[in-house]
Amino acid sequence: MKVILSSEQIKRILQDLASRIIAEIPGQVDIAAVGIRSRGEILAQRLSSLLSSELGKDVPCGTLDITLYRDDLNSPQGTAQPHVRTTEIGFNIDDRIIVLVDDVLYTGRSTRAAMDALIDLGRPRAVKLAVLVDRAGRELPIQADYAGYKADVTPGKLVQVNLVESDGKDEVVVE
Amino acid sequence: MALKRKSKQFKWHRKHLLGLRELSAEEITYILDTAEGFQQISTRSVKKAPPLRGRVVVNLFFEDSTRTRNSFALAASRLSADVIEFTKKASSVSKGETLLDTAKNLEAMGIDIVVVRHNAGGASRFLSRSINACVINAGDGFCEHPTQALLDVYTIRKLKGTLKGLKIAIVGDIAHSRVARSDMWAMTKLGAEVIFVGPPTLMPGQVEQLPVTVSYSLDEVIEKVDVINMLRIQFERLGGNPFPSVREYSHYFGLTVERMKKAKPDILVMHPGPINRGLEMESEVADGSNSVILEQVKNGLAVRMAVLFLVNQAAAQKG
Repeated sequence: MKVILSSEQIKRILQDLASRIIAEIPGQVDIAAVGIRSRGEILAQRLSSLLSSELGKDVPCGTLDITLYRDDLNSPQGTAQPHVRTTEIGFNIDDRIIVLVDDVLYTGRSTRAAMDALIDLGRPRAVKLAVLVDRAGRELPIQADYAGYKADVTPGKLVQVNLVESDGKDEVVVE
Repeated sequence: MALKRKSKQFKWHRKHLLGLRELSAEEITYILDTAEGFQQISTRSVKKAPPLRGRVVVNLFFEDSTRTRNSFALAASRLSADVIEFTKKASSVSKGETLLDTAKNLEAMGIDIVVVRHNAGGASRFLSRSINACVINAGDGFCEHPTQALLDVYTIRKLKGTLKGLKIAIVGDIAHSRVARSDMWAMTKLGAEVIFVGPPTLMPGQVEQLPVTVSYSLDEVIEKVDVINMLRIQFERLGGNPFPSVREYSHYFGLTVERMKKAKPDILVMHPGPINRGLEMESEVADGSNSVILEQVKNGLAVRMAVLFLVNQAAAQKG
């Protein structure tokens, strides 16, 4: 097990992601953060509060459960049993720029599922992808718009993002 | 969070849902938790999700039904399954085809899930042993109606927070009611106390062996219960004369406006439908502020989506 990001680094990366998002998205456009369960949910909450305080206006935050949109549901090779949880997006996503937030971008399959789930909720003006860790291994043509940390990790290794809210401390480790 | 972690380790392994008697409290709770995730599909702009895409669900109903059949059909459609409707009247059953032959023939067409209602107790269990598809019991004889009880406890949990410590009266024709039996299993497993209320002639045999208390007086029970579930008098199943007259039954066991005055102000009034208005329940009560009857129907959709999803997952993971 190797720590690749410390608590301090995670904090700085999120701050940097927020600045880059603000620099690129015109001020008059409504934006919102939507996190993919479960670590993306927490990161989206942190990002939305950073965006809210920098912009001086409320940037709403929602949570997306992508279980029903996974592409391995009907395959016997599907490893862990999927648990359906709630999608909680308490605002209209139509005509907003949605910043989709996830902890690790790897195969791109979760992002594909998240985009399909999102489109069933409405028609955003645009969907941007922000991730804490970006690692090689894409199986679909998907890239992050805002990648926090590009990790050089051997295929097959697990990148585990631990966060205070769910795991007691902030750190990213490779196992 | 600790709780969420625990539910993550839980593994649902049943490819059939035949009854609630055999389910643990943990399994029932897991279905209810899963149903929460399906509730919002019915409220958003695209009322459909893809997890059962390419799967075929057969509604195999040998008895009449409005709510359950339509609810299963809609639930399956919202999960993107294809649905075949089978009704006894319009099928070869009228030519003498048996339950098993009917199911085997449907299975040869490549179906994945059978939702079955039959007047013989144990019909769904029999099917589950004879075919490869997943089987969901939508009511068998006087035995069980698991999805109705699941939507009942889901509704109660949503409105009361928990079933632990609640007193729940199930009133009326207990003897002929599969809903009463499934309700009893689900409610007691989740920690509620169940009271069967009705005339002795409508109590099931050996009721003393069931995990319930029995009362023959609704007036004695009404004041102390948190939930009251009024069953329909099933005229089509009644043999002999279990009560002298409909008027007398209504007088002693009907939920009237007058009787409701004695109830707790936040009592939940439930009914599995269809209601005999004016018999087991007065219209003013059925449509009153304590009534959650339509809420039950709405929640039934989410619960059935959850059940369809879970049995299909269990089948997929078994390969």
